[in-house]
Amino acid sequence: MSTETRKARPADNRVAPPSWLRRYGSQLGIIGVGLAMWLGFVLAAPAVFTNIDIYKAFAQTTPQFGIIALALTFVVITGEIDLSFPSIMALGTAAFCLLAQAGIPWPIALVGAFVVGAICGWINGTLVARLNIPSLVITIGTSFLFRGLELVLMNGTGVPLTADKYPALHAIFREPVWGVPVQSLWMIAIGIALWLLLNRSRFGAHVFLVGDNPTSARLMGVDVVRVKTKAFTLVGVIAVLAGIMTSIYGYYFWPTTGDGFLLNTIASVFLGGTSVFGGTGSIVGSFVASYIIGAINAGIVSAGINAFYTQLCFGLVIVVSVVLQTIIERRIRRQSITGR
Amino acid sequence: MSQANTPASVPVIELRNVSKTFGEVRSLSAIDFKVHPGEIVGLLGDNGAGKSTLVKTVMGFHRPDSGGEIIFKGKRIDDWSVARARGLGIETVYQERALCEKQPIWRNMFMGRELRNSWGLLDVQRMRSECARLMSEHMGFTSAAVHPDNIVTTMSGGEKQGVAITRALYFDAELVILDEPTMGLSLTETKKTLDFVGNIKKAGKSAIFIDHNIFHVYPVVDRLYVLDRGKVAGVYDKSQITMDQLIERLYHVARTGSMQ
Repeated sequence: MSTETRKARPADNRVAPPSWLRRYGSQLGIIGVGLAMWLGFVLAAPAVFTNIDIYKAFAQTTPQFGIIALALTFVVITGEIDLSFPSIMALGTAAFCLLAQAGIPWPIALVGAFVVGAICGWINGTLVARLNIPSLVITIGTSFLFRGLELVLMNGTGVPLTADKYPALHAIFREPVWGVPVQSLWMIAIGIALWLLLNRSRFGAHVFLVGDNPTSARLMGVDVVRVKTKAFTLVGVIAVLAGIMTSIYGYYFWPTTGDGFLLNTIASVFLGGTSVFGGTGSIVGSFVASYIIGAINAGIVSAGINAFYTQLCFGLVIVVSVVLQTIIERRIRRQSITGR
Repeated sequence: MSQANTPASVPVIELRNVSKTFGEVRSLSAIDFKVHPGEIVGLLGDNGAGKSTLVKTVMGFHRPDSGGEIIFKGKRIDDWSVARARGLGIETVYQERALCEKQPIWRNMFMGRELRNSWGLLDVQRMRSECARLMSEHMGFTSAAVHPDNIVTTMSGGEKQGVAITRALYFDAELVILDEPTMGLSLTETKKTLDFVGNIKKAGKSAIFIDHNIFHVYPVVDRLYVLDRGKVAGVYDKSQITMDQLIERLYHVARTGSMQ
């Protein structure tokens, strides 16, 4: 009898709490990849990579897609994807330009642009969550929709956004602060805010639950539709911020704004260890991964390596990292399932 | 028990004329159902009889077809939802456990009602320590064996069920619904669960208890509903029916679809 009872007890073989390494393994991994790549660059081109200028260069350009990667992390954790953010970048910035041209003061025009981004994101979220349409499909559709609307509104022409016309915007989004690229300060600020939102708010907790198991989440009273809609809305708003930041950086709003952002951004999210299956992911991972992606671009060119190698390098880093992450994750799983 | 039979006592929850249709399939039809304070109600019926649908309707997961009413403590509530039901103190241990298995135990334990500090931020530290306390005090897990940060996937079936049960127990519910809580449990774990049902009654709370095993259900309940093909086929006070009679009637229902 006594042996019976002992057997029936929950197994005592798992005495230790999950180790620090196990809990933060993927985040440490991505930081490791970043450091290794940086060392590689330093060795390949010491003259370039011991000079501060190269860091300034990619600290200015990376946040332009990096802040979207931070927001997109929420959507990916809920188990969805948004492919329409490049179009939202353009549509939101177009809204800003049109409002400003109509004589509306820039702060109000800026708010208007964010509202447009929020509406776009809300439309995505509603279609995905309420009507249960696969996000991969519907956001391709809305991507054309938003881009088309923007092109029609702008009649295909751009708008100059010069410093003398918009001094405040240039101060906020372009001028370095004490020599530090302001874009990266934005990235850090948004990173901290979104980390808090994901890890220390009820909404963030529900993002994980919804992506892990939507039925369980609903059974426990989580409003799955609302959580997903909010996540898409967040991406919409941040995409507009990125659009304006990018346009100010280039002194010009191109109707093609956002082209070329899609894969960089999505790659950052996945490289950062956020699972495509939903339920797991991290802001820290997306943050570091964005800079890795950004550094490859700047690094290859500055190191004097033929620019044709950029894509090759991109591919290599992403494929190898994601494969390693998956292998490590499986190891950890198996280890803990058997408890040995 | 005597309380349950007094007409004056207001039921904790009452369903009047509740039907639920999924497309062409009518899972529940014109169900009248109530649970009085301090009462343990058993729910019996074959697979597909509508037990789980009834539970999920009580919980607000399914919205009843129009014409059905849900009454909580004498008050008819129209915007019934899971969040509302839980807010009013109805907790469920679901048959499918309703866990998020890639998440640590503490997230599952506080799912849908996360603790916050005075800043409005999640109080992760308190959730972790509360979780550890609950696991060791209520489910008898030694705190070293099951750490609140462990991922649920790595736990055994019994341990997972432990999380689901503790989650229902902790929040001091008015009404606890247990949908096949002993499924896949070991003997000791089953006994612990049945003891838990007994304790609900001692604490003056109510419960709805669903189990395939009539030998588990009969001893702990005050009243029994027998469901068949979405209808209430019979309601019995335990004092009116012996276990043998009940078994006989259940066979009869399964064969003919009626109690007579």
